[in-house]
Amino acid sequence: MSTDLGLPSIGGLDLVPHTEDKQTAKDFTSDQEVRWCPGCGDYAVLAAVRSFLPTLGIKRENTVFVSGIGCSSRFPYYLNTYGMHSIHGRAPAIATGLATSREDLSVWVVTGDGDALSIGGNHLIHALRRNVNLKILLFNNRIYGLTKGQYSPTSEVGKVTKSTPMGSVDHPFNPISLALGAEASFIGRALDSDRKGLTEVLAAAAAHRGSALVEIFQDCPIFNDGSFDLLRKPETKEQRLIAVRHGEPIVFGPEDDRYAVVRDGFALKVARAAEVDAADIVVHDQESHELAFALSRLSDQNLDHTVTGIFRNVDRTTYDDAARAQLQQAKDKAPNADLQTLLNGRDTWTIAG
Amino acid sequence: MTSNDAAVTSVPEVVTKDRVVIRFAGDSGDGMQLTGDRFTSETATFGNDLSTLPNFPAEIRAPAGTLPGVSSFQLHFANYDILTPGDRPDVLVAMNPAALKANIADLPHGGVLIVNTDEFTKRNLTKVGYAQNPLEDDSLADFQVHPVAMATLTRGALEETGLSKKDAERAKNMFALGLLSWMYHRPHESTERFLREKFARKPDIAEANILAFRAGHAYGETTEAFAVTYEVAPAKLAPGTYRQITGNTAMSYGIVAAGRVTGLPVFLGAYPITPASDILHELSKHKAFGVTTFQAEDEIAGVGAALGASFGGVLGVTATSGPGIALKAETIGLAVALELPLLVIDVQRGGPSTGLPTKTEQADLLQAMFGRNGEAPLPIIAPQSPGDCFHAAVEAAAMAVKYRTPVMVLSDGALANGSEPWKVPDADTLQPIDPGFATEPNAPDGSGEFWPYLRDPETLARPWAVPGTPGLEHRIGGLEKADGRGSISYDPDNHDRMMRLRQAKIDGIEVPDLQVDDPTGDAELLVVGWGSTYGPIVAGARRVRGLGHRVATAQIRNLNPLPANLGQVLRSYKTVLVPEMNLGQLVLLLRARYLVDAKSYTKVSGLPFKAEELQDVFLDYLTGTHPNTSTTTNGAPMTGAQA
Repeated sequence: MSTDLGLPSIGGLDLVPHTEDKQTAKDFTSDQEVRWCPGCGDYAVLAAVRSFLPTLGIKRENTVFVSGIGCSSRFPYYLNTYGMHSIHGRAPAIATGLATSREDLSVWVVTGDGDALSIGGNHLIHALRRNVNLKILLFNNRIYGLTKGQYSPTSEVGKVTKSTPMGSVDHPFNPISLALGAEASFIGRALDSDRKGLTEVLAAAAAHRGSALVEIFQDCPIFNDGSFDLLRKPETKEQRLIAVRHGEPIVFGPEDDRYAVVRDGFALKVARAAEVDAADIVVHDQESHELAFALSRLSDQNLDHTVTGIFRNVDRTTYDDAARAQLQQAKDKAPNADLQTLLNGRDTWTIAG
Repeated sequence: MTSNDAAVTSVPEVVTKDRVVIRFAGDSGDGMQLTGDRFTSETATFGNDLSTLPNFPAEIRAPAGTLPGVSSFQLHFANYDILTPGDRPDVLVAMNPAALKANIADLPHGGVLIVNTDEFTKRNLTKVGYAQNPLEDDSLADFQVHPVAMATLTRGALEETGLSKKDAERAKNMFALGLLSWMYHRPHESTERFLREKFARKPDIAEANILAFRAGHAYGETTEAFAVTYEVAPAKLAPGTYRQITGNTAMSYGIVAAGRVTGLPVFLGAYPITPASDILHELSKHKAFGVTTFQAEDEIAGVGAALGASFGGVLGVTATSGPGIALKAETIGLAVALELPLLVIDVQRGGPSTGLPTKTEQADLLQAMFGRNGEAPLPIIAPQSPGDCFHAAVEAAAMAVKYRTPVMVLSDGALANGSEPWKVPDADTLQPIDPGFATEPNAPDGSGEFWPYLRDPETLARPWAVPGTPGLEHRIGGLEKADGRGSISYDPDNHDRMMRLRQAKIDGIEVPDLQVDDPTGDAELLVVGWGSTYGPIVAGARRVRGLGHRVATAQIRNLNPLPANLGQVLRSYKTVLVPEMNLGQLVLLLRARYLVDAKSYTKVSGLPFKAEELQDVFLDYLTGTHPNTSTTTNGAPMTGAQA
């Protein structure tokens, strides 16, 4: 339960200075040459973010991207905002200090499955539970790219990689389930190639006050090529992708062969829409922790069914707002806090000259 | 035994002393730290100079009555300026057989021993291996023993309060404090006020403790068991306003003051660790000064958040101990590459690994100097007394801001928990530092761009442009940056140049010349120390001088960069001796850097040097009798405990 400090419920960007100036993707493009491999999914995400940022209407100089280490962590160099390319796994911690110190900034973290879920797992879960006003973009390509092709904490069991010639025996994380366990107040997911879906989730994340985790399925054409093809190919994607929307029944599939998500004990399952009672179809509720968890478990790494959109979006006091409120309370209580009085303490004695 | 058959008079004789060392020792649950702390406060208020040494186990409650569970607090107070918590107690207060057994070897012949007899039961005696009750045989015949049934007397004094037997007996430490306060004519108003405030929500407990405290006082006054009381006149310290302070409190105040002098909000990112946690606790109380404290999920997040705050234009601070520094190393290296201000406090403790969490040591010097990947130089400042931690923190913060660099402050367990009278600085005299944020594009080619790595020609510091400043959007990071422009650069020459620039920036930091104390000006032995060994080194030198010898001392406060005159100083003495609470880390640096044949004296027992011990070492060198036969692997002579 969060401490009730009587803080008003506000949006993610409400304390960031706005601008009326017209901004374009070009304004957010730095002079650095982009150096990802040809065909890398990161290009699509970068393009989506560059055209999305101007829509926020905030001052460019009040936008900060912080990244860790990995291919995706080069992201800040390619944006003409403030940025820090930090060290492996630590971006959420660094961004926490920045966001707590500066309420007037829109702070974004760019990370990958290795950076966020392996070496930086601890910082990720704690940033989420604290609900610091950060937007975390988790580029999940289920492989280590920058170190040239070892399995990652989201790789499938049995994956043959440079470090697992006989197949990986590591059980992977489900990032959405993990984030829910970490009390995340906002969780979304999109495909790198789905510009519209990605932009929608990014916009909702930006408007959310608190930590937002956006998992982006992203393709590594060099070391894990085609890993999400099942979700991209027209002939397979419709039976597999479940785009959820708050307040709407969860149905998907081709027009002539619709599927629905229905309850199955404590869990959920997919059924043919024609074979279930319309009243039994689950209506998405982004405030239900339990529903979000069940949705995250609809299928494992085999991509049989993959939910996209906003799993969870709830209002909860943010760490940074609460910390700043305590600071203000203390200042209001002692508006003339005097350093000399502090140094003297209560028991002094004087030696005359 | 002298207590019962001593000549008694209705008014005890008052003996005047220049200095006294008292050690309170008991079980971890007996409240010995609180007792010592209160006696210290009374003594400070009275105006004595003082120095303290708390010594407690890492376990919160080791099994009651056992040797590992003994906790003690030693206090040295005097009518002149003293430098150490004292080598041996004049008075030992032992609350149980374990405390007696663990401490009696330190009590000199003729010393005063006050014993709580109630705990000397057969069971408790057996627990610590006493076959016979030492109070009943003649094993303590060399001491002035005062057996006092403290628990029984405390219970009696609290009979009317209706407290349970167990609760009443818990106040026996205040009985002991009352008795000692009477013996040494300490003022007791502050203790009574303290108890009322500490137990404000439990007034009955507050009153019980005050009753016990008064009962101890009255016991001394009325029982005639004590033939003498002692007076130690106030010390003649330099004029000014004084208070008692511990190193951790002084460090915390220094951090608050650093925010004031730089005009920056302060952000402390920290993870609890002994003996640094008190800095987190203290700073969390000072939000009204614009200090944010963040208790992170781990050491790495603590320093990471502090560095993130620094990027945002705030004074980022992290405070930890040696194991925490090890975890933070990569982030500190990032701060070196980013060239952002960051204050890193290392309150050193016994190592390696978990080591001795509650004991002191100075074995992190080389970790501070070199404990990062790549060439990652940073300035290091070592305070030399508890009160000096304040000044070290302020100086370190000013240096961090001026030179855009992480700065490390090396405190230690002895400074952190030890206390002394502190001449309170005048806050108005603290020198303000302008953080000098960048506000305009600076590209020398007139392009209107911002170059984040274009350096100030004097300090070599780079501009600090904080998010929110229009037109200065830029990216920094751990990858090597092009000199000036700051974009990623893999150019070999650029990397070489940047490496040398970072080193030159740190080497060029202005630090004061080393001050040498050489009263006769012709000493042949120079003793060089750093950090908390200042007290015992100077005290040892005083003793040696008192015996008619000449010795010079110097304490290095700036360990990186070292003072410019250091080489010349070292070369002007026939013998240079470096006592350290490690296996010879500073001596290694001095020998390597200045090619001087500096000698090493080392001890790593978890306890500070004693003045007497150093006196003997100095005498050995001065009289040429030092058993200087073996050498360590680094070529420095092996001395002291190793020899």
